[in-house]
Amino acid sequence: MIVGAFKNAHGGATLHHMHQIVQQPYRDQYWLTIKVSLITAGVGSFLGLCIAYAMIREGTPRFLRTILTTFSGVAANFAGIPLAFAFIATLGTIGIATTFIKDHLGYDLYAHGFTIFGQTGVELTYLYFQIPLMILVIAPAIDGLRAEWREAASNLGATSWQFWRYVGIPVLLPSILGAFILLFGNSFSAYATAYGLAGNSVFLIPITIGFYYSGNVVSDPHFAQALAFGMFVVLAVMMLLYVPLQRRSARWMR
Amino acid sequence: MAYLELHELRRAFGPVVALDGIQIELAAGEFLSLLGPSGCGKTTALRLVAGFDRPDSGSIVIDGKDITRLSPNRRDMGMVFQAYSLFPNLTTEQNVEFGLRIRKHKRGARRKRVAELLELVGLGHAGKRFPHQLSGGMQQRVALARALAIEPRVLLLDEPLSALDAKVRVQLREEIRRIQTQLGITTLYVTHDQEEALSVSDHVAVMWSGRIEQVGTPSEMYGAPATPFVAEFIGTMNRLQAVVVDGDRGEVEHAGTLLTVDAARGRSRGEKVLVLVRPELLELEPSTNGSTAGDNTLGGEVVTHTFLGSVTRLKIQGREAELIADVPTARVDSLPVGQPIVAHVPTAGTRLLSLNEEPASDEPDQDGR
Amino acid sequence: MRRRWIAPSAVVWLVVAAAFFLIPLIATLLFSLRSIQTNKCCSGAAYSLIVHDHQFWSTIRLSFQLALETIAISLLLFVPTVYWVHLKLPRLRPVLSLMALVPFVVPPIVLVVGLLNLYKGAPSWFYDKPYGFLATAYVILAFPYMFFALDAGFRSIDLHTLTEASQSLGAGWGTTLTRVILPNIRVAALGGSFLTLAIVMGEFTIASLSAFKTFPPYIQVVNESQPYEAAALSLLSFLIVWAAMLALVLVGRGRPRPAQVAATR
Repeated sequence: MIVGAFKNAHGGATLHHMHQIVQQPYRDQYWLTIKVSLITAGVGSFLGLCIAYAMIREGTPRFLRTILTTFSGVAANFAGIPLAFAFIATLGTIGIATTFIKDHLGYDLYAHGFTIFGQTGVELTYLYFQIPLMILVIAPAIDGLRAEWREAASNLGATSWQFWRYVGIPVLLPSILGAFILLFGNSFSAYATAYGLAGNSVFLIPITIGFYYSGNVVSDPHFAQALAFGMFVVLAVMMLLYVPLQRRSARWMR
Repeated sequence: MAYLELHELRRAFGPVVALDGIQIELAAGEFLSLLGPSGCGKTTALRLVAGFDRPDSGSIVIDGKDITRLSPNRRDMGMVFQAYSLFPNLTTEQNVEFGLRIRKHKRGARRKRVAELLELVGLGHAGKRFPHQLSGGMQQRVALARALAIEPRVLLLDEPLSALDAKVRVQLREEIRRIQTQLGITTLYVTHDQEEALSVSDHVAVMWSGRIEQVGTPSEMYGAPATPFVAEFIGTMNRLQAVVVDGDRGEVEHAGTLLTVDAARGRSRGEKVLVLVRPELLELEPSTNGSTAGDNTLGGEVVTHTFLGSVTRLKIQGREAELIADVPTARVDSLPVGQPIVAHVPTAGTRLLSLNEEPASDEPDQDGR
Repeated sequence: MRRRWIAPSAVVWLVVAAAFFLIPLIATLLFSLRSIQTNKCCSGAAYSLIVHDHQFWSTIRLSFQLALETIAISLLLFVPTVYWVHLKLPRLRPVLSLMALVPFVVPPIVLVVGLLNLYKGAPSWFYDKPYGFLATAYVILAFPYMFFALDAGFRSIDLHTLTEASQSLGAGWGTTLTRVILPNIRVAALGGSFLTLAIVMGEFTIASLSAFKTFPPYIQVVNESQPYEAAALSLLSFLIVWAAMLALVLVGRGRPRPAQVAATR
C-alpha cells in the first residue's frame, strides 16, 4: 500500500521530482529536520538516561518510580497540538514563564532572541515527549544492570567513574543506540507539534509536505509524495548507519 | 595473632537486626566458613568486610589496621559472588584483567598474570569467550580468577556454588580449597550448605539470627554441637526430650524408658534435657516379641526407607517421638517397613543439652534482609 | 533490599525532571485561567466558553466515536488473527511483528500521503466519511500497539493447553475464543484499547490533512483566535491521555507492563 504510493510518485516525469527535492529550499529543510531530530534525540537520550537512572538506582523510593513511569507514559503520548499550546502558554510572547522571568528576574527572553516559534523552541518542546520516551525505553535496560557488577567493580578497586567507563556504559550501549534511533525517528516524523507551534516559521519537511498536500496552498500531491519518499530515504539511511553500530556494540551478547 | 578480626559487629535494617554483635577472628591463611540458614546474617557480615555496607557499631581490623570506614575499592578484598557477577561485555581474559587494569599494571605483566590465573582455574582455553558463552561452573572459576588476580588480602566467597548443579558443586568446592591451600590466602566463605562448609573449612562458624552460635573445626561442630540449633543444623540428629533421673549414674527418662547416657552424669535430678543421638549411632534390631529387650533401647516400628547409597535412612515411629536411623544398605532387608524393632541408644557418643537454655523458638527462619 | 538514603545526584535529576514536566502544565493551567478582558488571573471564562461551544461537543464526540470504532475494528480483526498465528502458525509471528513495525517507522505524514493516494478512487461513502477513511487509517496507526499488547498477552498464557482443554470438553472454535481465550487476555486487550483511545483522541496529522473535524484540529482552530480557550483545551486533552494511561496502569497492575507509548506527534 505504501509502496504503491511511492510508485505513483515515480509515475510520469518522476525523476524531475526526485531532482527537485534535493534542491533548495528543500535541501535546507531536510537538513534542518535532521538537525532538530539529532539534537532532540541526543539531548533527550542523555537527560532521559540520567533521569531514568536516578529513578531506578538504589535508595530512590519505589513510589517515585511508579509516579515517574506513569507520568512518562502520559507525557510521551501527550504530543501534537495540545503540547504545542502548552508550551506557547508557558514560553510564548505572553506565556506564564516568559512574563514571570521578565517581571521577577528582569530578563526578557524575547529581547534576547529566544522565541518558542523558532528552532530552539521546537527543540525544547520536542524534548517534552523525547525525554519520557527515553525513560520508558531505557528503564528495562537499566534494570538489567546487576548490583553485582557495581560491587564486583568496586571490589576490584574501580571508582564509580571507572565502573561506568568500562562496564556500565558499554553494557547499556546497545540499548542506548536503539533508543537514540527510536527518538530520532520519533522527532523526524513529528508533524502536529511543529505545526501547532511554528507552522509558518520553522520549515521542517513534514510541514512542507502538509502544505503541499492540504490544498490550502498550492496543491501538488505528487511533489508531496516525492518529499515523503525523501523522508523515507533519510530514515532508511539512519537504519543503515545504526545496524552495524548496534551489531558492534552488542558483540558480547552473541 | 589474628589477621582478620570482626569485632562486635552490629547492623540493623530498620527493626530487623541482621547482625547482633558478632566476633570472628581469622589467622593468616585460614579458611573459615560462615554457615547458617538464609537470613541469619552471614551475607551481611561478608558485605561489611567487603565494604558494601557499614556496620552500626563494631570494627573490622585487618593486619592490625582498622578498615571499618574504608571504601570498598580501597580494601584489596577479592570477592566471588553467588552468580552473574562477571562483566558481560568483557571476555574471560578482560574480566580477570580488570582489577590489574584499574591498578595500572604494565600490559605485559597483566597478560602474564591473567594467563597464570586462567591456567590455575583450568580455563586456559576459554580466554576469548564472553561470560554468556560459559557454563555456570566456568563462570564461577573466572570469577575466582578475577578475585585472585589482584592478590587480595582476604578472599571473600558469597555462596559461590549455590547456583550450580550438584556434581559441579562438589568438584568446584574441592578446587577452591586446593587453590586456597596452594596460595595460602586467608578466606572467608559464606554458605548455607553444611556439607560444603564442613568439607572445605579449617573452621566453621554457625550463625543464627544475627549471632554466632558456635565456632570450631568441622569435626568439633559435628561431634560436639554446643547448642540445640547447631545440633539440628549440622547433620541429622535425633532429639529425645528427657528428664534427668539420676545424675550419678547418668540415667534419664524418655517416654517412660530409662536410658543411661554418659553425658548425663553430674546433672541434677529433674533437669529437663535433650538427648542428641546421630542416626548412624542408633543400632536397630528386629524385635520378635514386641517388647524392648535389654538396656538402653527404645521400641518402635519402621515407617519408611530412604535409600542414600551405602546407607539407608529409616524412619521409625517410636512410642513418643519419631526416630531416624542410618543402617548399612546391606543389612536393610532384615528391617522391612512395618517391622517392629528395638533401637539401641549408645551410652557414649551421645550429647546432652539442657532444655532450660534453649531459646524460645526453634525455627531458624527469620529473614534478616 | 538494603536501606540507603537517596543519592544527592538522583535528587537533582528528579527535581530537574519534575520541573521540566510540571512547569508547562502549571503554566497552561494558569494561562487558561486568565481573564479575556483583563489578561489577569483568575477567571473561568475560558472553560465556560468551551462548554457552550457546540463545536467542542461535536468534535470531541466525533473523536471519541472514532476511538471506539477503531478499538472495535482492531479487536475484531487482530484478536482472532493473533490467536490463530500463535496457535497454528507460530512461524508467521516474526513476519507479523515486522509488519507491526511499519506504521511505527513510517511517519504519519507519509502514511497519510500514501493512504490518500491509495483510496482516491474509493466510493465517497468511504472516502468522504470519517467513519470510513479515518477509522481505517487509525486501525493501521493503532496496529503496532494493539499487536504488541495482544502478542504479550497471548504469550503469557498457555494457549495450547487452554484450547485443547476447551475442545476436549466439547467447545467449538467460537466458544473457545469467546469463553476461554478472551477472558484470559482481557487485560492485554484492554491495555491495547486504552492506548488506541489515547492515540485517536490526540491524532492531528491525518485528521487535519484529510480535512475531518475531530478534536485536535478543533483545538488548532480555536487557537487561531482564542489562546486562553486553546490552553484550556490543551489541558483537557492532557487529562484525557492521563485517564487512558491511568486506566492502563490500573488494569495492568501486577502483570507484565504493557507497551506505554503510542504517540501522535
